[in-house]
Order: sequence, then structure tokens, then C-alpha cells
Amino acid sequence: MTRSTQAIADGIRRRVFEHTIRHNGGYLSQACSAAESLALLYNEVLRLGPSTAPAIPRPFPGVPGPHNPDSFTGAGYHGPQSPEYDRFFISPAHYALVVYAALIEAGRMAPEGLEHFNRDGSSVEMIGAEHSPGFEVTTGSLAQGLSMASGVAWARQRRGEPGRVWVYLSDGELQEGQTWECFANMAFHRISNVSVVIDVNAQQCDGAMSTVGYMGDWVARLRSFGADAVEVDGHDLAAMRTALSRRAEDRPVVTLMRTSPYQGMDDALKKRFPRLHYVRFQSSEERRELARSVAAQLGIPNPEP
Amino acid sequence: MELVEKPYAKAFIAYASKRPEVLCLSADLTSSCEVDKFRDQYPQQFLSCGMAEQNMLSFAAGLAMEGFRPFIHTFGVFLYRRPLDQLINSIAYPNRKVRLMGFLPGITTPGGVTHQAIDDIAILRAVPNMTLLETGDATEVETVLPVADAVDGPVYVRVLRGQVPRLFSTPFRFNDIRCVREGRDVLIVTAGITTEEAMRATAALEAKGLSVRHLHVGTLKPFNGEQFLDHLASVRLGVISLENHTTVGGLGSILAEIMADAGVGRPLVRLGLNDTFAHGASKPYLMTKYGLDAMALVRAAERLAGQALGITQDELLAVRLEAVHSTSKAEAL
Repeated sequence: MTRSTQAIADGIRRRVFEHTIRHNGGYLSQACSAAESLALLYNEVLRLGPSTAPAIPRPFPGVPGPHNPDSFTGAGYHGPQSPEYDRFFISPAHYALVVYAALIEAGRMAPEGLEHFNRDGSSVEMIGAEHSPGFEVTTGSLAQGLSMASGVAWARQRRGEPGRVWVYLSDGELQEGQTWECFANMAFHRISNVSVVIDVNAQQCDGAMSTVGYMGDWVARLRSFGADAVEVDGHDLAAMRTALSRRAEDRPVVTLMRTSPYQGMDDALKKRFPRLHYVRFQSSEERRELARSVAAQLGIPNPEP
Repeated sequence: MELVEKPYAKAFIAYASKRPEVLCLSADLTSSCEVDKFRDQYPQQFLSCGMAEQNMLSFAAGLAMEGFRPFIHTFGVFLYRRPLDQLINSIAYPNRKVRLMGFLPGITTPGGVTHQAIDDIAILRAVPNMTLLETGDATEVETVLPVADAVDGPVYVRVLRGQVPRLFSTPFRFNDIRCVREGRDVLIVTAGITTEEAMRATAALEAKGLSVRHLHVGTLKPFNGEQFLDHLASVRLGVISLENHTTVGGLGSILAEIMADAGVGRPLVRLGLNDTFAHGASKPYLMTKYGLDAMALVRAAERLAGQALGITQDELLAVRLEAVHSTSKAEAL
């Protein structure tokens, strides 16, 4: 660990903010909520070897298939796959911009890699897919990532590998039935090498989650589905460290990170709540105002010329 | 005709027990898919996934990522209707070696609309990277496992269960169309249970002087268009397809596409479920009601020949009687 985790979290927010201003929109609130958890995972928690992937991501290699030997996944940015290393699966694929920023801050991707974001022919896609940096499976259809990761985990547990399987979820995915099918299946098969981290920012595409569907008590629900579940403040690094160190004998471990979708940028973003899923600007004036406000709060130069 | 009792049950034990990387997944239909003995004898290779197909398909994809080869056992409908998104994104797109063993194809179940996989070929044929196989007799059920497992990517197999007739003496061969009968007037193309049905009709047609060339298709995707066109070129009148599936998007549609692509303009009669759902009833009843039987084939041949051949139901070979409550089934489904 050469940089502090908070410095990495700040870097994630800054990169996603600057990118959002430059490209007139982006998944900015996800950077606000996820910066600390992703920084902590990449910087302290995950046992990953150095990246084996090119610092500047390669172009899209064509879809996988029996006749395309060139296809690849973005897993190399998480280092080599070997029994002692962890695997890290990111399920909310629309967090891609935040993940790319985290990879850069963690020294796993070159800053210039972000120049390829959402460019035609690039693998650095807006909604991450398995060829995108940091992604190993295609999870844009939400809730499939956890199930796939649980299959990987069962196989690793069967082989007695010490490495864990980490899965990053968004709270919206708790609305999908498949998520609960998967937790039941993991409990039934006593899959205990899985750690799930959920960014509970309580907002989704339509707005505040409480206005979109029934939420209830996630912790109680997860526990009743056989998981070891706790909730912590997703911006409190010390509390998160403790929570993420938990292991259970015969069940998956879930940590719900209670987060704010405007953490660190509340001067500008709070008033936009609950329309935060994708931050876009109606006018250049609006963009300038947001850029000025956020830059001031982050204590960085205003990226808006 | 020899009837083989549960050919899949024995074949799966023989194949999987020698291959520890093969896993048997089931969603609460273990005995219905004839893998209950395997579960009892090889519990280390068996994973009960509960009645939760969406998770089961994505979970299987994860197992395949780690070098296991999951064989998912459930009714065909439950593999592609509810979990189609999981099939596409978790399995087909990344080209995972997941083997989807679909039991009770088409109207082979009295379970009605919820249980009858009448559109599986049409839907899964549209999914890139998919391979589609269909078994038509006991020999094919016994020999399809190594064929399916050799595919570099996902495979969906229509599997016959219970008492299955033995029609063939040679094993299932990948993407190779069987020539059951070599005639010169009419070409009949069948797959799955319709092959047995066509064999009842062809003898009667030949007796009336109509020479029939009969092909049996086991590999629906990819499809050996060259073999089909060669056979088509050697008949005088045209081609009839008979499928245990809707006529939209299945075997008949495949033949139409191949003929159109090749610029071959020959009469084609597509028999099958005529853009309709079926309902819960016995297989012989449904085959007659929806025109999937030997008589429907005779009528189609008469249309192609432009003459009535005067074949009566009595002249067709006796229909194999099948008790609804057979001991070879887990329940009456």
C-alpha cells in the first residue's frame, strides 16, 4: 500500500467528476457512493496480483465464440488467476466509469485508458462487459453476476483453493428475484468463500428506491436467506475494514455499505436528488455551475474552461 | 419395434461417472429427467439447485468458467422461457460449455401449455453460439452425450425419456442427416418423435406407388444444408417437413431458408403445430389433433402428388399404445 485508501477514494471521485464535466454527463453519483468501498477493496482488502493486462486497454476483440481465438476478458486488470488469489466480480456494469477510475487510482490501468471510454470500437465500454477492464463476466443484465460468481466460488471451494470470491452489488439488484435464488442456493450448498459488498445508495434509475419498490429490512432478509449480513457506513473506512474481515464457516458473508449518492459533492448534487442515476446537463450554464461547485468542494481546479 | 426403458438414465451414468468434471444439475425434476439413480450413486457430482432456473443457469456458467462441465436437467420449457436472459448473457454470449438437457420436447407431455416446449428451436436458433440437437430414438438418446459434450460452446438437447423406440442401429453423429429411406418422388424430413411417425406413413405411401425419400435430422443448429439440398435434387415432386414444434421458426423454416438461400424453388409443405399452442392430453391424441401424425403426412404427400392415394387409417401401422401412468415415468406428466 503506497497511497492511503482515502486518497484513492478522493481520486476516484475526482476522475469521474472531471470525466463527467468533459463529456457532458456520466454516472457521477455512483462515484460518490462507491468511492470508499472500491478504494478499500482495491487498496487493502482484495488479494490480487499485479495487473497482467495492457495499461492502455486493447480495442474490442469481437464477440466470444468457437471461431474467435482473439476474444479476452478484462479480468487481467485484477491480476493473474491462481488458487491463492481472490477473484473480484463487479455486477452493476453501469458502475464501469467508477471501476475504471478505481483501476487507474490503484495503478492497474493507465489514466489515458479512460480516453477510450465509450468510443466506438473500444473495450472500455460505458456499460462494462466481460471484455472491459476489471470485468470478467457480462453483468449488464443485473443480478446475473452474483450467480455466476457463486458458480466460480463453488468450484474453487470444491478444489480447496484459499482465494475468496468477492462480488460487488448495487442495492437495486436486491429487487431481482434471481438475487434471492442465488442466496438460497449459496446457503443450501454452504458456499462460504464468497464475500458480497453492496453499495446501498438507496437510489435507482427511477429515483429513490423507496419510491420504486418495497425495500424492507435488507439485513434481516439476507440473514433469513442464510447469509451472514451486516450493515455499515459505506464512507467510514475503519468500520468497513472490520466488516470486510468477517468470515463464516458455512455461508456467504454480505456487507451492506450504507452510502450517500452525493457524498463529497453534496453542495451541487444534493438538490438534484432523486434524479441522480445519470447526471446530465440541460445547458452549459448548468454544467459550469456544477463544475464550479464540485471543484470547490473537492478542493481541485475547476475543469470547466 | 423394440422399446427401450429409460435409455437416458443408463447413458448418463455411463458417461458422467467416468468424468469427474461433469456435473449433474437439477431443478426439482431429478427423477422426471431420469437422473435420480445418478444422484444416489454419485452425490459428489450432483447439485440440486432448487426450483430456481434463473440462478441455476448463471451458476452453471460460473462452474463452466472453472473447467467443470455442467449438464442441466429439467424440462425443455424451463430452460429457455423463464431464464432466456440468463441463457443468453451468462451462457451463450461467453460461449460457455453448459449442456442444457431439455426433456419433454413439444407435445410429448400432457402437461399442457406450461410444460410443452413447442417453440424452443425457433427461439434458441436465434441465439448466436448455440448448438441444437434433437434425439429421435433410443440409440440417439444413448449416444448423444459424447456428441453434445464435444461441442465448444453451449448445447441444447431435446431428450426423449421413458419408453423410447429403437429405430437406428448406428450412433448419433454430429451434423449428419440420416437417410432413412431412399425414394425418388417425395422428400420427407423429420426430427425427434416425428421420425417414428413418418416411418408409419412411408410404407403405406410406397405400397400405393409413391416413392419416398425420408431424412432424419438430429442436428438442427448448425444445419447440414448441403446434404439436404443433395437429397432434394434427387426427388421429383417436393419436400414435406414434419416437426414436433410450431411451424414458425423450426425445422420447416430451416429448410425454407436453405432453399431460398440456394435459389432452389421447390414445393415445401410444413407440418407441425400450425402457429398454435397445444393443451394437456396424450401424445397420440395431440399428434392426431394437431396434424403431426402419419395421416397428416399422407395427406401432404397426396397434395404434392396431386392425387388421392386412398390410404386409410387402418392401412397405417398400428399406433404404439402408451399408458399415461407408465412405470417409467415419475408422475403422470
